[in-house]
Amino acid sequence: MPCSGTIDHRVLLQTFEDGADGVFVAGCMEGDCHFLKGNFRAKKRVQQVKKILDEIGFGGERLEFYNLSAAQGQRFAEIVKEMTERVLKLGPNPLLAKSCKKEGGAA
Amino acid sequence: MIIAQQKPVKDIAAMISDCNKVLLVGCAGCVTVCLAGGEKETEVLASSLRIMRKLEDKPLETVTYVATRQCDPEYIAALDNLVKDVDAVVSLACGVGVQYIAERFTDKWVVPALDTKFIGGSTVHGNWEEKCGLCGDCILHRTGGICPIIRCSKSILNGPCGGSQYGKCEISKDIDCAWQLIYDRMKALGKLDKLMEFQPPKDWSKSRDGGPRKAVREDVMID
Ligand code: SF4
Ligand code: SF4
Repeated sequence: MPCSGTIDHRVLLQTFEDGADGVFVAGCMEGDCHFLKGNFRAKKRVQQVKKILDEIGFGGERLEFYNLSAAQGQRFAEIVKEMTERVLKLGPNPLLAKSCKKEGGAA
Repeated sequence: MIIAQQKPVKDIAAMISDCNKVLLVGCAGCVTVCLAGGEKETEVLASSLRIMRKLEDKPLETVTYVATRQCDPEYIAALDNLVKDVDAVVSLACGVGVQYIAERFTDKWVVPALDTKFIGGSTVHGNWEEKCGLCGDCILHRTGGICPIIRCSKSILNGPCGGSQYGKCEISKDIDCAWQLIYDRMKALGKLDKLMEFQPPKDWSKSRDGGPRKAVREDVMID
């Protein structure tokens, strides 16, 4: 998307409903937003969705926000590694496990 | 506008725990503006409920719709087809909307997703404050445009209590003393003498003390 500030709560929740094990949103560095506050908005929205995911028992730790510039390839790699490790620890998306079990049971 | 806030998702889920399919109805009126029950909030709640129920191994089917207003029967009629095969309707309107839906669909389980808090406005984006107590007989012309009924913690009508300190109400240093504000404004307007005018006791029968109220405009009523 052209600015992380356009990220929507609905899109984030949808990714998990669709089976994502983990999601991270990378917004520009603080102070670098072309639209001034897009990255701050994105961060707040991610925090809000994390709260919702905790509230409903899914677990907000599967979602994270990072500040990152397009010139920071190394940092990007670090973040991907961080998130991958986190998700590996958490295991697969619990919703997927439920539907697999269901499908398996029905077969 | 009416300010409302969403109930905890768990509480809403508990109200529909025995349902397999529900209709969530948002409202494009006040609750859209106060970010509690508009299109986005309706979709987010639907998604949250679906995830929650899937985790419990009891999948929930959701249908969403946003009414232009839930406080006018003509917009509730638009739900006629949508409610047919659902087990419950979750309304994201103020208490008025919930009741209009319950009145039209007498055989449906209709539940509120929001807590209707107060009538007020926003100070900055994301922050709302109570401004009017709906007393039915506005006296703002006598109090410098500041409502003592809702903004004075004790709803005092004839000046401050003894607890006002440094412009703040005695119940909290974060709350302005309404009577200090009234006094300051009337003084600035050069109208302090107005505060000295004799006022008869307020007629509370125009407020909630007279039972549920009605407002009628016969000139716009056509059979
Ligand atoms: S005086 Fe009554 S109508 Fe006027 S703002 Fe206060 S509560 Fe509302
Ligand atoms: S301190 Fe002022 S606002 Fe608070 S209760 Fe007394 S008069 Fe009302």
